[in-house]
Amino acid sequence: MFYANISLNCFFISLLLFAVGAFGSLTFNRNDRLSNLFGNSLAIIASIFGIISSLSVLIFDSAFSYSINSSLPLLSLSFNIDRLSAFFIFIVSLIALVSSVYGIGYAKHYYKQYSLGALGFFYNIFILGMMLVVSSSNAMFFLIVWETMSLTSYFLVVFENREKNNIKAGSLYFIMTHIGTAFIMLAFFLLYQYTGSFDFGIIKNNIGNLPLFAKDAIFFLALIGFGTKAGIIPFHIWLPKAHPAAPSHVSALMSGVMIKTGIYMMIRIFMDIMPDAPIWWGVVVLIIGCVSSVLGVLYALTEHDIKKLLAYHSIENIGIILLGFGASLIFWSLDMKPLAITALIAALFHTLNHAVFKALLFLGAGSVISQTHTRNIENYGGLIKYMPQTAFFFLIGAMAISALPPFNGFFSEWMTFQSLFTGIRTLNTGVQWVFIFAAGSLALTGGLAAACFVKAFGATFLARPRSKEAKHAKESGISLRIGMATLAILCLIIGVFSGFIVKIILDVVHGLSIFNISNIPFSSNLCSFRFTDDFAFISVPFIFISLVLIVTLTFFAIHLLTKNRKVTIGRTWDCGSDLNGRMEITATGFSKSIIRIFQGILRPTKQNLIEYHGSGYFQKTNTVKMGIKDVYHTFFYYPIQEFFLKISGYIKKIQSGNTNVYVLYIFLILVALLLLIVI
Amino acid sequence: MWFIIICIIQIMLIPVASPLFIGIVRKIKAVFQNRVGASIFQPYKDLRKLFDKDEIISADASWIFKFAPYVIFSITIIIGASIPIFSTVFKDNPLSDFLTLVYLIALSTFFIALAGLDVGSAFGGFGSSREMTIAALTEGGLIFSLLALAFEAHSSNLFIISDAISSISLISFIPILLAFLAFLIAMLSETARYPFDNPATHLELTMIHEAMILEYSGKRLALIEWAAANKFLIFLTLGANLFFPWGIDTTMGFISIVIAMFIFLLKILILCLFVAVLESSISKFRFFRLPDLLFISFILSIIAISLIL
Repeated sequence: MFYANISLNCFFISLLLFAVGAFGSLTFNRNDRLSNLFGNSLAIIASIFGIISSLSVLIFDSAFSYSINSSLPLLSLSFNIDRLSAFFIFIVSLIALVSSVYGIGYAKHYYKQYSLGALGFFYNIFILGMMLVVSSSNAMFFLIVWETMSLTSYFLVVFENREKNNIKAGSLYFIMTHIGTAFIMLAFFLLYQYTGSFDFGIIKNNIGNLPLFAKDAIFFLALIGFGTKAGIIPFHIWLPKAHPAAPSHVSALMSGVMIKTGIYMMIRIFMDIMPDAPIWWGVVVLIIGCVSSVLGVLYALTEHDIKKLLAYHSIENIGIILLGFGASLIFWSLDMKPLAITALIAALFHTLNHAVFKALLFLGAGSVISQTHTRNIENYGGLIKYMPQTAFFFLIGAMAISALPPFNGFFSEWMTFQSLFTGIRTLNTGVQWVFIFAAGSLALTGGLAAACFVKAFGATFLARPRSKEAKHAKESGISLRIGMATLAILCLIIGVFSGFIVKIILDVVHGLSIFNISNIPFSSNLCSFRFTDDFAFISVPFIFISLVLIVTLTFFAIHLLTKNRKVTIGRTWDCGSDLNGRMEITATGFSKSIIRIFQGILRPTKQNLIEYHGSGYFQKTNTVKMGIKDVYHTFFYYPIQEFFLKISGYIKKIQSGNTNVYVLYIFLILVALLLLIVI
Repeated sequence: MWFIIICIIQIMLIPVASPLFIGIVRKIKAVFQNRVGASIFQPYKDLRKLFDKDEIISADASWIFKFAPYVIFSITIIIGASIPIFSTVFKDNPLSDFLTLVYLIALSTFFIALAGLDVGSAFGGFGSSREMTIAALTEGGLIFSLLALAFEAHSSNLFIISDAISSISLISFIPILLAFLAFLIAMLSETARYPFDNPATHLELTMIHEAMILEYSGKRLALIEWAAANKFLIFLTLGANLFFPWGIDTTMGFISIVIAMFIFLLKILILCLFVAVLESSISKFRFFRLPDLLFISFILSIIAISLIL
């Protein structure tokens, strides 16, 4: 009870502080510095309270619920914070904390250009919205806070409103997110239709009234609705446009946390509220996971806008999370709950990991952008010499997202692999192939992600600068570095102590009523993780220690052995030419071979624009434009657009523009209505 | 005491013996080309010479270039210590999970590719690009061919796999053979051998591995060459002792370990002969035909898995 009070109070204090931060920074709008400092400091304190509150729920099991009845019917401000909610509140607060620290320094380059008050306001309300989304337990209330989150993030996307592209990206985001919300509303209305309530608890109790087709309909509606927010392919088109447009610490929050609210609600609805999922739900989710992960990473490879590249990687990682989640749904529908628990833990663990390393990468990208003022990787190069610390943190993020040991991405990907392997081992033939397909996609994704981050890190930080801006870059300010360092350390800590974190996540999963069983197929402690059937065993601390130990030993042994050898600094071999920044490989060149191998999917295009001198024989300029044709545009959005245009074409025929005809229409309608009343 | 001795042998064997097998492959190839060829101990002399030399480092290089050889070399030492070589008594090594092995290899590939990019030469960049392309596509075949064995052995521990495969019947050996073919393709790709890469070329159109390490010299080049030799022997060992683990020691007895060592040597020599024959009889594939080969590796291992289950 004592802990429940702590978590309850801390939770509300945190909400209150976010609100104060929002309105406070709006009040100080006149003074850029004060406004920035106030908004971010309050967000920092509020996030600390959020972390305390969620940790107290996670560790002391002090789940609580709270409800404020409002005068409006159907709407009640009810919160229910169980461990699942607390887990997501923890992720939100953690990333918000780091982003806010980073934001203090990062927002400086908006001084005198944009309204810092507005930034602080929307930023705080945005985080507040996310906290409420993962804690509300009433559908009406949920929709309100969901909208709050979406709208404030829209305003953050268009914050740098002097750039035309940002406005366009914002509009696309606005439309897509509302299409998603429409699907979500339909899902909730269907639930209300059959259960008579908007309260998640009551819906859960009356879920038995739901006929089968309504269940399937809700599954699809919720999958599309929340999938749009999570960025599953093909509903992801807003994501690579909107995330890069926002200020970098907001991108970190959007990519690291906001898209996870979609995952949260999928888990909440499919696993908590609606029991007895048929097996094909899981298969659908698994296939979406495969498609999103592979296509996400392939499109990331084609990008050379650093933030777009990271945004596509978010799609990839959402795919990986869905692989775990889909596997869990399948195991659960086959009543293999212990395996379902393992797969769900893999998904949740990857959710946490992705939040940490993606936020780190976005902050690193922001740090580079704040120095070079461009997002184009081709204009970077050699930054490791000018920004050594940023480079180091970005490298850690890149290794974590490429699932390299001993960082955090490695363990969750390992666990996702093991869940899929277990599926291949234990299931019958039909579903087995889906799992083989999924494991194959995961293997391919892992390899391509590593290739993509060699490209991103190499083109950004290594070799020589390719532009003036890159040459004059300096290491960014202290608050930016603190933000990045915190996350980089977390990448290592979460990776090394994954065995311990699995235990916490296991409690989260046990908190779901369907998984409240005691037998689990693995044993996990601080130093190791072992499946009880002895199929696999891993110890990340051991990997870490042996890496550190052997590298150190080798280093000193070689040093002792060869300390008398001279080291001369020379020039890179240049075949006798004068080596400059344009002669090293570019990001486009780096990924060219992969694009060519996957040209069936990526459909690379090449436009050659040649301008001739008067006679038409000698070229004045020759521009090559390389791009890709998106499959989802060609096969999904374009047909839809065509369809609507066609329909509109038919409807157009009654619009003659002649007033008399419109009067006739009105008259006919009137007659029809009168007849209707009479009959 | 005895256990400590065989532990030390287990750790040291790969790095100590690896240059020898590079020398043997070169010798066999020389014989095929009607040359006398260098002594099979030439790689040791090369390493020694490189360690003795001064070093030139590019002015463009950052700490990644200087640090990468240590990481790459250390990873091959770690992997070399955690795979079944002559005995399966080291089952408790937590690094012997096959996924851990694949990801450790990925870590070393990641660093060598970064080092290739670091100096900013056009060769290094293209080498890295090609290396990462091939590595990304190899991963599927490598993971799945080992997965087939893991399913057969009901464990993903390499030592237990070795143990289990040595006692299966000949009939259930067919899928293992398929998985071995898949592994072989992945192995040739990972160790930069024909038809993927030519370890003896410095032709800019074709080189992959050599392109990335072009700027290295002195002790760092020695480390990288040594690491490449280690990796080659590691893959040969995996091929010999996971797919055909007959004769491997399980009891830690002196006699049985000596016998196991001889059988190990014999198996590795046969594989070396195979690699050398392959390199003497086929040409290097065009780069864009390699994905087909890697896809075949992936499909073969899936067939193997479906036969095992």
